[in-house]
Amino acid sequence: MNQLLDIVFLSGLLGATMRMATPIIFATLGEIIAERAGVLNLGIEGTMLMGAMTGFLVTFSSGSLWLGVLAAAAVGMLLGLLMAFLAVHLGLSQHVSGLGITLFATGLAMFIYRLHFGSPTVPPIIQPFTQISLPLLSSIPVIGPGLFRQYSLTYLAWLLIPAISILLYKTHMGLKIRTVGENPVVADTVGVNVLMTRTLCLVAGGALMGIGGAFLTLAHQNMFLIDVIGGRGWVAIAMVIFGNWDPLKGAFGALIFGFLDGLQLRLQGLGIAVSFHIFLMIPYLLTIVALISVSRKASIPAGLLKPYRREEKGG
Amino acid sequence: MIRLRIIKRKPLPAWAKFVIPVSAILVTLILSAIPILLAGGQLWKSYFYLFYGALGTRFNLLETFVKASPLLLTGLAVAFAFRAKFWNIGAEGQLLAGALAATVLGVHMGGLPRPLVLPLVIMGGGLAGGIWAAIPGILKTKLKVDDVVSTLLLNYVMWHIMGALLFGPLQQPGSSWPRSAAIVEAARYPVLLPRSRFHMGILIAFFAVFLIWFINQKTIFGYRSKAVGLNIRAAHFGGINTTSVIVWTSLVSGGLAGLAGVGELCAIQYRLIMDISPGYGYSGIVIAMLGNLHPVGVLFSALFFSVIIVGAQTMSRMTGVPTYIAEVIQGMALMVMLIFLLFTEYRIRVMKK
Repeated sequence: MNQLLDIVFLSGLLGATMRMATPIIFATLGEIIAERAGVLNLGIEGTMLMGAMTGFLVTFSSGSLWLGVLAAAAVGMLLGLLMAFLAVHLGLSQHVSGLGITLFATGLAMFIYRLHFGSPTVPPIIQPFTQISLPLLSSIPVIGPGLFRQYSLTYLAWLLIPAISILLYKTHMGLKIRTVGENPVVADTVGVNVLMTRTLCLVAGGALMGIGGAFLTLAHQNMFLIDVIGGRGWVAIAMVIFGNWDPLKGAFGALIFGFLDGLQLRLQGLGIAVSFHIFLMIPYLLTIVALISVSRKASIPAGLLKPYRREEKGG
Repeated sequence: MIRLRIIKRKPLPAWAKFVIPVSAILVTLILSAIPILLAGGQLWKSYFYLFYGALGTRFNLLETFVKASPLLLTGLAVAFAFRAKFWNIGAEGQLLAGALAATVLGVHMGGLPRPLVLPLVIMGGGLAGGIWAAIPGILKTKLKVDDVVSTLLLNYVMWHIMGALLFGPLQQPGSSWPRSAAIVEAARYPVLLPRSRFHMGILIAFFAVFLIWFINQKTIFGYRSKAVGLNIRAAHFGGINTTSVIVWTSLVSGGLAGLAGVGELCAIQYRLIMDISPGYGYSGIVIAMLGNLHPVGVLFSALFFSVIIVGAQTMSRMTGVPTYIAEVIQGMALMVMLIFLLFTEYRIRVMKK
């Protein structure tokens, strides 16, 4: 047990927590933006996979990691646009549209990867992002190396948490987004373009989901594997609920997931036979418990899941 | 200026229910030309091998039925649930629950009289799937927990339970892989046709089509579950115990998905492995939607998708188009069908200002 309390272990665990939380933070923030505007985007899992594949493919071909990140964001935006076309403009069921996008994007990602790389015995690799030590901060004992020796995308994720929080709660645009999500009729009456706002939120959210996926193939790993996302998109859906549609609380949920994920990796490394499956089950169970309490509070955006058609409101 | 407005329309005639899915399939097949051409496949050759690979030889035709059996069961599971507006996205997890229970029973029941083993395995698997679906059913009715998210999350919970057991008590002795010991001979579905894998589970799946049709059309429960699906408040005030209807619906739905898991275990793999299902539960959603939630519709759409999945293998071998084309087609089919369904409820009117 001494080993568990070892400083190196704790510091490593902290670092792993931050790392494993990063893709979930991106995806959770992306989903929060969409849901705050009233659209549940179940296309998230597929969007992340397309982001992971596109980022890898572009980096592999161009040699530029940041170009890969940009491409992943662009693909995420396109899929967000597709979701907006189906669920916002045509007003189709958000559940089924989102699942359709996940199925389609998952198939497409594997299809394009296979097309480009064939089925090699050794998967192709890229030179991934390296961790950057922040001067001074990273030399703080115990927590320094864990918190401040991270990938630039991890820092970006942390900057985005307050940024999106401010956007949603402190800006005029945030007020518009939340109104569209809470009561589209009111938003429309005061001159907010409901369909456009929802579309833009889905596009912006899609970009974040794409980047979250790309983190896994460009930083966490250096290759694309078909199960690279492994349900992280659904974890993000869960974290949005767990975090009551709030960026700060959602990111906290992502950290819990990152911690459990990091812990199981570390324990496996120490040869301690704790089945990692039991650890990875916890976030899902926690979320189901959170769902029970959410259904009793009214924190869910009231306009979520409801397509908005002006004509049906007698307008 | 020309504006498009989406306007509600009157109910469509009965023939539309047949024409719409068929045209959705045709449009999807036409759209599939894009990925095929991108992959450098010759178009007609690719389409030819897609269908020849699934229907062209006796063995391939029977393989198409083998593939159809889990798709049929998960498709029915989803359709039966959706009809009552129980949004069961969890057929994948229920399938795994069924396979898991069948494994536990199938590995350990060698001592029982032979004719008892298989029925017990089937019942155990169906029951496990049903119970796994009834949890979100009860959560929905008693605690108002959103069923889409809870069923989706429970898929992963079940996957991890399976993983924990396959690395633990269920692991094949002496193996370092996450896989169980093989189930006993008596727990396996008999193969019905020589030189093929055409097994008893296929008949079970076809019987399930009849059973669900019968429940939907001929029983009071089917009537009630439809009423709950159409308008739960009206059903409640009309004196229907909506809680009981939804929980029973979830039990039946999960049971069907569980049977899909039993089939994959007892007819295909004979031992539990982590990737026992390549996403049959999710395909079930596409199949149910394309089949208009009607059991006969599900039958045809499940057969269509098994043609695509089986045929994609041959097409890939002959033309170099990756087999994942099957997944791309599934995703496209769902979206096309959704858009087509829109036109059953609404029509678009061009307005000139």
